[in-house]
Amino acid sequence: MKKSPIVTVVAIGIGAALFFVLARFVAIPSPVPNTNISIQYGLLAFMAALFGPVAGLLIGLIGHALADFSFGWGIWWSWVIASAVFGGLMGIAARKLRLEEGEFSKKDLVGFLIAVVIAHAAAWFVIAPVLDIVIYAEPANKVFVQGLFAGVSNIVTSGIIGSLLCAAYAAAKPKKGSLKEEE
Amino acid sequence: MRNIFNYVERSSPIHRLTGATKLICLLLWSFAAMTSYDTRLLAALTILSVPLFAVSRIRYSDVSFMLGFTLVFMVLNNVLVFAFAPQHGVSIYGTCHVLADLGGRWLITKEQLFYHFNLVLKYLSTIPIVLLFVCTTQPSEFAASLNRIGVKYTVAYSVALALRYIPDIQREYHEISQAQQARGIEMSKKQRLSKRLRSASAILIPLILSSMDRIEIISNAMELRGFGKHKKRSWYMARPFRAADFLSMAFCALLLAAALLLNYLNGGRFWNPFI
Repeated sequence: MKKSPIVTVVAIGIGAALFFVLARFVAIPSPVPNTNISIQYGLLAFMAALFGPVAGLLIGLIGHALADFSFGWGIWWSWVIASAVFGGLMGIAARKLRLEEGEFSKKDLVGFLIAVVIAHAAAWFVIAPVLDIVIYAEPANKVFVQGLFAGVSNIVTSGIIGSLLCAAYAAAKPKKGSLKEEE
Repeated sequence: MRNIFNYVERSSPIHRLTGATKLICLLLWSFAAMTSYDTRLLAALTILSVPLFAVSRIRYSDVSFMLGFTLVFMVLNNVLVFAFAPQHGVSIYGTCHVLADLGGRWLITKEQLFYHFNLVLKYLSTIPIVLLFVCTTQPSEFAASLNRIGVKYTVAYSVALALRYIPDIQREYHEISQAQQARGIEMSKKQRLSKRLRSASAILIPLILSSMDRIEIISNAMELRGFGKHKKRSWYMARPFRAADFLSMAFCALLLAAALLLNYLNGGRFWNPFI
């Protein structure tokens, strides 16, 4: 379905607000002490799959930047950009999905999961550590280990939560061709 | 709104600057602090932010909560850097003055301590200015000023929408979460991790589905009012630039120029006192 540009503008706004709320107020304790599971990337994966790469990129960028602002430690640009890259890549990789038409088959699920893994790997194993080194001159092994942890936990959470969201959304939509014109 | 972004309504010269000016100054200042690792510049930026705070009439109690977060983050990051790369300073500055030997590769060197000092300074030089920006810029003016500095107005409008709907979505999240908890959903440490994720999505799914309806309602309303028809739009919160605006922007541009000049003079991003 072709979306009007206004829908994209609103989707970016609401998506960024959702991303912010999940990042800022939803704390699910993880097994590692003092770290929380970031479920906002599951939401971002879903929104990017539904509204496309531009929306994904900007939701990641705006949502993460606003969250950083409200924590008060300034904007940690390298990770903000990594979030944006994840959203954008996810939108490109998942453009074949037809969630709007109520379809989310096994094959779609596998495609979605592969997209999540690739997009997170690019964002957290490459973009975030490299930018950390370029911008903040931090030691390489530290930022790559950090990126590895962040990436793996993000893959797991957004894989689970993103696909649950996709399935729930597709189930709530009437299937294409489910209504027939009366002869 | 106020308790999220911590905007403090007060009358001061910094509050009277336009949002666009403050945004440009914030960007110039943080780029200056980001590009340079020169200790003298970072220290100057840190010291400079003290009188700015005094001028803005922001009190310590306004920002103490946010500072707490930041300090924890800063300490954690420093510990991690030392744990992973105790010789990072030596490789940057090229000399090695050992102060203490903790055994193995855990040498404490002057260079490493100096690098940590710089890392801390880097935080201290950017955090106050971000706090200042957050405390003195009204959120709606922030969105208007994004358009002013050249961001497309549709994107600026997205930011405005996000700021407008954060409190609504937060309230809705809270309501759904309590309703689900009343039905026996558990998200605390007592549950297994996979269960916790499952319960998170039991809250997320109603939240997302209702947000999708929200997107449809808002975009229909905007479409009916002809949003996006013209190339430009005006902003209720926009204000014209005044002399003080130009002065502060020029000053911050000088800071960035100083940072770039120092990078050039030092032949790199680091100022090396060891040679």
